[in-house]
Amino acid sequence: MSERNDHKVVLPIGPQHPSLKEPGSFKITLDGEKVERAVVEIGYNHRGIEKACESRNYTQDLYIIERVCGICSHAHTSCFCQAFEDMAGLEVPRRAYYIRGIVGELERLHSHLLWLGVASHEIGFDTLFMYTWRDRELVLDLLAQIGGNRVNYGVNTFGGVRRDLEADLMQDILHVCDQLEEKIKYYADLATTETTLIARLKGIGVLTPEDVRHFSAVGPVARAAGILDDIRVVEPYGVYKEIPVNAVTDDHCDVYGRTLVRVKEMLESIRLIRVMIREIPEGPISVRAPRKLPAGETLRRVEAPRGENIHYIRSNGSDMPDRVRVRAPSEANWHGMSYMLEGFQLADVPIIIAAIDPCYSCTDRAVSLSSGRDEQIASWDQLRLFGIEQYKKNGIDPGSIAIRPF
Amino acid sequence: MKKKERPGGLAGLAILNLFRKPATQTAQFGLGGIQKGYRGRLLYDPATCINCVMCMRDCPTGAITIENRGTKEQKDMHAYLDVGRCVFCCQCVDTCPKKCLSCSSDVLLAAFSQDDLKIEL
Repeated sequence: MSERNDHKVVLPIGPQHPSLKEPGSFKITLDGEKVERAVVEIGYNHRGIEKACESRNYTQDLYIIERVCGICSHAHTSCFCQAFEDMAGLEVPRRAYYIRGIVGELERLHSHLLWLGVASHEIGFDTLFMYTWRDRELVLDLLAQIGGNRVNYGVNTFGGVRRDLEADLMQDILHVCDQLEEKIKYYADLATTETTLIARLKGIGVLTPEDVRHFSAVGPVARAAGILDDIRVVEPYGVYKEIPVNAVTDDHCDVYGRTLVRVKEMLESIRLIRVMIREIPEGPISVRAPRKLPAGETLRRVEAPRGENIHYIRSNGSDMPDRVRVRAPSEANWHGMSYMLEGFQLADVPIIIAAIDPCYSCTDRAVSLSSGRDEQIASWDQLRLFGIEQYKKNGIDPGSIAIRPF
Repeated sequence: MKKKERPGGLAGLAILNLFRKPATQTAQFGLGGIQKGYRGRLLYDPATCINCVMCMRDCPTGAITIENRGTKEQKDMHAYLDVGRCVFCCQCVDTCPKKCLSCSSDVLLAAFSQDDLKIEL
């Protein structure tokens, strides 16, 4: 802590700090208790994952990609597998899509329950923290039964999934869904009626729809500002082409809105799991995938629990990728963090940071070493045209995508 | 009427806790919570192995090693696993064309030195 000549205090928080378990540094200039300026310094968790992928074959890369994030490991592999299948021209069996969907929604449940626990811990509501983490164990046990591991389930493979869902297991999933629904409804009731919780969360960490567009925020942060930014709805993939998702949005634009969005999304996930289990078709769970990909590039988007997940693969025709780029949702949400923190109290800092559900290991991907050569800046119109072409190529009519007008 | 506070009211609970079962589980008598189909220590069947080393090619961490100590005609197959490197993804099990690898639910693989982590399957 250092005091400047104008009696303002610069408070360094982190890299190791008590609020979250991953390293991230914040330099916060305080005027009394009020945050005047916040500088976010990330990059302590850079592991060189993208570079590691370039020197291994696609099958090995799948397990590196799975370890990009410890919470949304399935979303990352789903995205990577879809990009691979897109390039290889594989027809994935329908049953595999359904299993991917069920595991993806279970993952969303456990991610949101984890977040609810962390957020309540940040505001000193440790009872809710204990409750939600207890409930999360039910989901983790299910995921361990499905994939054989609590965190890195290893369900996805190129051309389908590795493990089938048996009838007994599906009954277990439905049973857990019944148990969880009752509890999550109680949390939803708590979030909308408990006055101390509402007073603590309302009006802090505000990000208006204009700010969301400006900072390119994604996921529940964007949806809490009323922007329907859900890839499962905007650009349906896999099972979501057959089972439509009722996207959850909110107009609070603050931490309270983000809490409501996540709690309601959990109920929507339970509904989706039930529908998927009811309508899961019989058949094979995977097709044989080639070891090499034809030369070319592809970009795929998947809705992870924290928001939009983007994977880019460029192939030169060998069994190793030429370039892999992973844009995790936390990376997009960090841009607005300084803006969200400024103007609020120091005591609000932990919950505002936690409200985006930050994942530092997701964020720290690549360092841009720009040479200035072979670079071109595309205008918005060019990018828009490119986007429309891409949508048409994927069989989606861009005119049907509803974007909230400002 | 306000309930009268008794000093040492928690003492009864504390004494009761002395005779309760511990909340933690002892691994000595079997692990609880290990699900069916859990990915643990690998099992290897040398009789069916054809030394194609596809498992070695697909292992993301290079943890598995297959070695033929015999000749091409008279095979003497051995598989080694570096538990310190293995991430228990079991891709080798999926890759193996002869299904000579499988995963067990054995997760008690801790050792006191790095050298002890290199085990023969």
